[in-house]
Amino acid sequence: MNEHPPNPSAEGGLERFDVEPVNKKENRSLYKPRERIHPKRVKGTFRTFKWLVMAVTLGIYYITPWLRWDRGAGAPDQAVLIDFPARRFYFFFIEIWPQEIYYIAGILILAGIGLFLVTSVFGRAWCGYSCPQTVWVDLFLVVERAVEGDRSARIRLDQAPMTSSKAVKRILKHIIWLLIAMLTGGAWVFYYADAPTLAVELVTLSAQPVAYITIAVLTFTTYTLGALMREQVCTYMCPWPRIQGAMMDEESLTVTYRADRGEPRMPYRKGETWDDRGDCIECNACVVSCPMGIDIRDGQQFECITCSLCIDACDDVMRRIDRPRGLIDYDSLANAERRAQGDESAIRFFRPRTLIYFGILTLVGGVMVAAFLTRSDTDINVLHDRNPLFTRLSDGSIRNGYTFKVLNKARVQRTFAITADGIDGVTMGVVGSQNLSGSAPFVTVRPDRVQSFRLLVTAPKESLSEDSHDIRFVLENINTRETATYDSIFRGPK
Amino acid sequence: MAEQKDIDALSGIETTGHEWDGIRELDNPLPAWWLWIWYASIVWSIGYWIAYPAWPLVSSYTKGVLGYSSRAEVATEVSAAKQAQAGFRAKLETASMEQIRTQPDLLEFALAGGRSAFNVNCSQCHGSGAQGFAGYPNLNDDEWLWGGSLDNIRKTITHGVRNTDDEDARTSDMPAFLRDKLLTRPQVADVADYVLKLSGQTHDAPGAGRGAAIFAEQCQACHGETGAGDIEQGAPALNNAIWLYGGDKETIIETVSNSRGGVMPAWGKILDTVTVKQLAVYVHSLGGGR
Repeated sequence: MNEHPPNPSAEGGLERFDVEPVNKKENRSLYKPRERIHPKRVKGTFRTFKWLVMAVTLGIYYITPWLRWDRGAGAPDQAVLIDFPARRFYFFFIEIWPQEIYYIAGILILAGIGLFLVTSVFGRAWCGYSCPQTVWVDLFLVVERAVEGDRSARIRLDQAPMTSSKAVKRILKHIIWLLIAMLTGGAWVFYYADAPTLAVELVTLSAQPVAYITIAVLTFTTYTLGALMREQVCTYMCPWPRIQGAMMDEESLTVTYRADRGEPRMPYRKGETWDDRGDCIECNACVVSCPMGIDIRDGQQFECITCSLCIDACDDVMRRIDRPRGLIDYDSLANAERRAQGDESAIRFFRPRTLIYFGILTLVGGVMVAAFLTRSDTDINVLHDRNPLFTRLSDGSIRNGYTFKVLNKARVQRTFAITADGIDGVTMGVVGSQNLSGSAPFVTVRPDRVQSFRLLVTAPKESLSEDSHDIRFVLENINTRETATYDSIFRGPK
Repeated sequence: MAEQKDIDALSGIETTGHEWDGIRELDNPLPAWWLWIWYASIVWSIGYWIAYPAWPLVSSYTKGVLGYSSRAEVATEVSAAKQAQAGFRAKLETASMEQIRTQPDLLEFALAGGRSAFNVNCSQCHGSGAQGFAGYPNLNDDEWLWGGSLDNIRKTITHGVRNTDDEDARTSDMPAFLRDKLLTRPQVADVADYVLKLSGQTHDAPGAGRGAAIFAEQCQACHGETGAGDIEQGAPALNNAIWLYGGDKETIIETVSNSRGGVMPAWGKILDTVTVKQLAVYVHSLGGGR
């Protein structure tokens, strides 16, 4: 045990904690059982901000599936819906088909680059504030604190023999945790089906098995990862901290202890002089508040998720002993260097790295917006027959077969005329219609469907000089005159 | 038995006693999470043996208490698919070919069924794209020996061609003009030249001139005055670009000399009515149907 019961020595209402951080580098062994971390409650600016982020992110997560968005008859009215059976993704005014999965890819790329940019500027801001693991662990800690008390009470309870009151507390805590975990999984499934309908089905036990299985799996993962494993997920399992190192540089913001101001550290008694000593009074408030079990004064450590709770803890102490805040604060490693050399500290947001990330972000975002604005609700795919490549007709003309897939993303039935450019005198017809030698056959596509047609195109032999000709198919909406084109080839004999 | 424990001096951990080039293996315990998953897998596998088919026996295997069998599962799926198709099949059974062609849902079902039946039964000779080979007609083009209407195609598939199983089989019999000594070798060559001329190919003009008279006497009755052919008699058109056996002079001489005649089974005796109808619709849709 590295932790001992707190040893509050009232120094002007200040507690001093005689602790060693759980995850101190020197004490870390590969074959050591985990030691539980009991973060102490903190109040302050960053804590308030974190509550706010938690409220917003959890709010988004739980409320989104219940938002409605009218798309007209026959279409789901859920604002955000991933409809697997119908193979559609609805996001407010956007409706994405499986064929347009590149929009999802684009959004993921944007999210990735955005994360790069934020990391290069603010360090592990994602980890500290908005990562679901962080948010849920925070939520589970709230429950733990409410049931078992704050840090010292929890440590006492841990060490106490099992009594009925301890058992009650433990059981209550785990029940609430499991409930939260279940609600987490329970909210997830609403993204995949009409939420009000599914909610009724879930309660009346008539929902699809996959809904219950999903809830069960997510309950299990939320409970184990968020409630039981907590900081171990970030420290041992998550790949993102390992990748982040590549995005940060010495100018990136990170939570740092200002050793130049704090050292030499020593306990402080009221009325003593501040000469020849640092501001750190060894109260260890930063250590006991840390959910990752580290001592920020040991410098940069890979466990640190920059949740800033030690900043709040230290600021509170500094305020009470009348010293300026910010002994532990967001700072860059370069600033420590600068101060050591007697220079002004400065935050440099604009650096080649951040500008490049911003440039890529703007570029990808621009491409996405452009792609989205020029998005057509009609699309065609044309597949040239491979067997036979061509058919010779009795009058010597050559016929090629094509499979047309026409996507009608609109919610109305539409009729298109198909024409072909590139070869003189071609005639064509859609299989199923009687006339195979027309000039611009019509196809009618049902609303919100992909329909396949076989198109037979015949070219007089005089028009064919080579064994392969380029041909461009134009699909024209006969009402709106909007067109979609597809370039293909027309094969003939050598 | 007293065992001597070999403790690694540096780490203080017992070794397995194995040594390779001075490197010894520490006997660290397996990670607990791994071990427990392993135990759980063993328990799971025992449950699996009991529940599902598992152990091979001499002539059988342990069936498992759930009675699961992949064969039975396939049978269930097949019968479910048949069940789902039953309505459409019943409609196809009674519908006329023209009704099938004009009703989109029937047409779609017939085309899908026809395509798969074609791949199973017909593609061996006609090719998977129905493109045909020498002696096996291309079904994509617009020349039909026995007629390209839906009913004609259906009849051809049902009864077949020149087979001995079905008395209604399509039959035509061209004489072997040289082998049966109806024409001499030069006469056959002349007729071939005339056929080349009919189909607009390069030919020997004097030969074609002599061949015209022979054609009028020997061939015209079936192939027609202009060589347009006659589907009633199964006589192919000779005046176009499509040749079942080949349209060069040598092949035409061979055809005239020894005759030709492909054979197709009577599929009506092998496949059910609905499948034959589906096949007819599919073949008709390939592009040449009339």
